[in-house]
Amino acid sequence: MVCDGRSMNPLRYLHQRIAGLGAMGLFLIHVLRVLPAPAARAGMLAKQIVHIGSRSMGLMLIAGACVGAMLSVQLFDTLTRFGSPSMLGAAVAMSLIRELGPVLAALIVLGRAGSMLTAEIAGMRASQQIDALTCMAIDPLAYLMVPRLLACVVSLPLLTALFDVAGLAGGALVSVLSFSGSASLFIDSAANGIVADDIRMGLTKSLVFAALIAWICLGKGYLGTALRGTEDVSRVSADAVVIASIAILGTDYLLSALMS
Amino acid sequence: MTAEPRSSNPFALGLLMLAGLGCLAWLALRLGDWQSPFARHYELTARFVSASGLREGAFVEIAGVRVGSVAAIAFDSARYESVVTLRLIPGFELPADAIASIRTSGLIGDKFVRITPGGAAETLPSGGEIVDTESSINIEELISKYIFESGDQ
Repeated sequence: MVCDGRSMNPLRYLHQRIAGLGAMGLFLIHVLRVLPAPAARAGMLAKQIVHIGSRSMGLMLIAGACVGAMLSVQLFDTLTRFGSPSMLGAAVAMSLIRELGPVLAALIVLGRAGSMLTAEIAGMRASQQIDALTCMAIDPLAYLMVPRLLACVVSLPLLTALFDVAGLAGGALVSVLSFSGSASLFIDSAANGIVADDIRMGLTKSLVFAALIAWICLGKGYLGTALRGTEDVSRVSADAVVIASIAILGTDYLLSALMS
Repeated sequence: MTAEPRSSNPFALGLLMLAGLGCLAWLALRLGDWQSPFARHYELTARFVSASGLREGAFVEIAGVRVGSVAAIAFDSARYESVVTLRLIPGFELPADAIASIRTSGLIGDKFVRITPGGAAETLPSGGEIVDTESSINIEELISKYIFESGDQ
C-alpha cells in the first residue's frame, strides 16, 4: 500500500497496484465470510449506526433541501421553455430519487463518515491495536469490520430517503415562494411522475454505494500494514475518499445504464 | 479498548430509524404507488386493438375522478390484442356494459383510461373483463387523414 511510484519502475508499480487490488478483493471476501457468524454483536452495530447514520441526519436535511431548491429553480426554467411547468414536481422528484439523492447522500456520507472510518482503522493499525486483537484471538474482521459494514448498509438507504424527502420539501417550497405554485400540486405531480421502479432504483443504488464506501474505506485502513505514523494515516484516508468517490460515480453510471 | 470509544445513544438511533423509515415509507406509498400485497382491489381487464402510448401506472378515470391505475399491459399472441389490467379502488362494481377507452389528457399529454359506466343491471365482479373498448386515438393519423382528404378535393 505504501508506494510513491516515482522511484519505481513502471512494471513493478503496476504489479504493486494489481496486488493492492487483489488484497482489497481478498479483504472483501474475508469480511463477507465472517459476516453471518457472530450476528455482528447488536450493541456495537447500534453504536456504529448512530455514529455513521444518525449524526449525518442534519447534514442530509440541509443538503437535501438545498439541492431540491436548486433543482426546482433550474428545472422550472427548462420546463417553461418546453411549455410544461406543471411537470416541475415530477422532474424534481425523478432527478432526486433516481440520481442525485443516492449519489449526493453517498458522497456526503463518504466525506463525513467514510474518511473517519479509514482514519480510525488506520490509526488502530498504526498503533498495533489490530495486532493486539489478533493476539487475543479476536478476529478483527468480525469484531471491527462487520459492524461498520452493516451500519453503512443500514444507514445509507435511510439517509438517502431523508435526503429525497428534504429535497422534495425544498423544491416544493421554492415552487410556492418563487413561482407561486401550490405545494400539493407539486407533490401530486411528483406522485404521478414517479413509479415504483424509480424508488427501487434509488434504493438499489444507495445499498450498493453503502457497500462500496464500507469496503473501500475499511479495506484501505485495514490493509495499511506499513503505517508508521499520523502522516500515513491521513494519506490513506485521502486515498480512500478519492477512490471511493470515483467508484461511486462509476458504479452510478453502470447501475443507471443497467436499470433504465 | 478503543474499538468502541463512543457511548451508544438510543435516542439518536431511534430518531434515524423513525425518520429514515418514515421517509422511505412515504416515498414508496405516496410517490411510488407501491401496493401492499394484502390490499384489496377491484381488478378488471380490458382488451384493446391498440394500447399505443399507454404505460403502466397511467391513471384510470370515471366521471373525471381518478379511481385507479393501469397495473399491467400484456400482449395476447392468439388474438393480437393488448390486454390491459386495471386496478381500481375497492367498494363498488361497474355495470357489465361499461366502456373503457384510452384517451389523451390534453392534446399531447399522457394517455389514460376512461371508463364510462353503462346502465346494465348486472355488474362486473373483480377479475372480470370490460368487453366494450375503444383504442387509443392516434393524433398523427387523424391529422394526416384530415390533410390528405382535404387535399383530394
